[in-house]
Amino acid sequence: MSDLILTAKHLVKTFSQRGGRFGLGSSQVKALDDVSIALRTGTTLAIVGESGSGKSTLARCLLQLQALDSGEVFFQGKNLAKLSSIDLRSMRKHLQMIFQDPFASLNPRMRIGEIVGEGLLIHDMGSRTEQQAKVIQMLKRVGLSEADMQKYPHEFSGGQRQRIGIARALVLQPKVVVCDEPVSALDVSIQAQILLLLKELQAEMALSYIFISHDLRVVRHIADDVVVMHQGKVVEQGSVLDIYQSPTQDYTRNLLQAIPGRKHAAELLAEQ
Amino acid sequence: MSELLSIKHLTITPKSAPQKLLVHDVSLLLESGKTTCIVGESGSGKSLTALSIMSLLSPQLSKVSGQIMFQGQDISQLDNHALRAIRGKQIGMIFQEPMTSLNPVLSVGYQIGETLTVHLGLKGHALKQKIASLLEQVGIPANRANSYPDELSGGQRQRVMIAMSIACEPALLIADEPTTALDVTVQAQILQLLDALKTRMNMGMLFITHDFGVVADIADRVVVMFRGEVVEQGDVKSVLQNPQHPYTKALLDCVPDAEGKKPLKPIDYAWLNEAKESIPAAARPAIESLPA
Repeated sequence: MSDLILTAKHLVKTFSQRGGRFGLGSSQVKALDDVSIALRTGTTLAIVGESGSGKSTLARCLLQLQALDSGEVFFQGKNLAKLSSIDLRSMRKHLQMIFQDPFASLNPRMRIGEIVGEGLLIHDMGSRTEQQAKVIQMLKRVGLSEADMQKYPHEFSGGQRQRIGIARALVLQPKVVVCDEPVSALDVSIQAQILLLLKELQAEMALSYIFISHDLRVVRHIADDVVVMHQGKVVEQGSVLDIYQSPTQDYTRNLLQAIPGRKHAAELLAEQ
Repeated sequence: MSELLSIKHLTITPKSAPQKLLVHDVSLLLESGKTTCIVGESGSGKSLTALSIMSLLSPQLSKVSGQIMFQGQDISQLDNHALRAIRGKQIGMIFQEPMTSLNPVLSVGYQIGETLTVHLGLKGHALKQKIASLLEQVGIPANRANSYPDELSGGQRQRVMIAMSIACEPALLIADEPTTALDVTVQAQILQLLDALKTRMNMGMLFITHDFGVVADIADRVVVMFRGEVVEQGDVKSVLQNPQHPYTKALLDCVPDAEGKKPLKPIDYAWLNEAKESIPAAARPAIESLPA
């Protein structure tokens, strides 16, 4: 068993929602209800659930992009919520995020070189020439070229934009990367490329991933451990094999049944 | 089994660059009560093919050649007036983005009712009753007719789109990636709903997707498109289990399987280009010379 790099204990986050006539009433929605998870160093922890299950809120809360009502997040033994804002900012270079929508998550007015290099600039990592070299190296690693630095996001396809998002997150050499549905907006053929790229980079750079997805086919390929969420609660967690082969909860079974093409795969097995 | 729709040698080019073939010599067939899936990546021409059926192509594109036979009539030759009688009545269409294809300032009941008033002349109480029954058929409580699109979830909006498209009991339903924007569980529900409606109303369904998992669940026939051409088509079982064309194999290989037994393999385009010459003749569609 490897060490735990990121642990979250008893996270609670409640949103209040306006409702009723003229929005005068209000109701409480528990987006996270006593959620505890643990990420092992160098592995991938997948968080699965339908929309509204709280998985994206969990991602944001883990990175302190959103304040928690209660609960603690430990990264390498330090409680992130207790850090001062300056310490937290310097800690952020170890904790990066890859976003879902490759069209909305890149600033349309910035060149690719600026987008990928901005983190290096903010964290003051190396001289200008070193930064430049790092950006070029990272772009090449994700399958783009040096010439792409001068281009703007609209000149790229969805898959290429997601590669830019990956380069931006990984150029800082983070330890933990939170991937919020990084492939759900992509075609299956592009999805396979991006998943393999993420896997290769994980091995090369010793990354630990939190991988958020609603697609259990994708999770099966990338995850080591799985957390199943429903309505803000953790329904079930365990290793990939346990969850896929012997799910204990009805909700997990329903998710597994919803995988497209399952019926066909079963028929194929029966014929063989 | 009757032939409902057949597309013959369809070619589409942009008006500004007539030598560029966006869709090249596409032929396909659809029978009543059956589902034909068009599978391909983005840019393969699958949506263009679907849009051209109802002459919905953007004015910058032109159909160079080809016939679109629907119930024995070449509908690609019809004028707008005649097309309007077919659109929504005999051919229904569901679009990919349930968020953007509904009008945000009109209630969903009104939007469903529009089709019924235009094509069937329904009014007043009869119209209300029909809207309620349509909503119930797609699994939405009838009292939601007064709701606006922003009050509904993505899955519910897609159900409203389905209710609109089946309102006049069309003979043909075109569904352009209707589940791509949805969660896996909601996707499974919508696919079941479409399949049940198809069987009950004996509709032909032309279903567009990039996901072979979805194909396996819903299709009777499959048409695989790559760079504007049909590279393979046939019965769903034979295509899935015994793909002939290297592109079909490659596309099947990049679908992650739920058992995790088979490694992910992205498409190797350079190899595909090289292999183009050695593609088995059986898988290549017959390409006839284009009419001048």
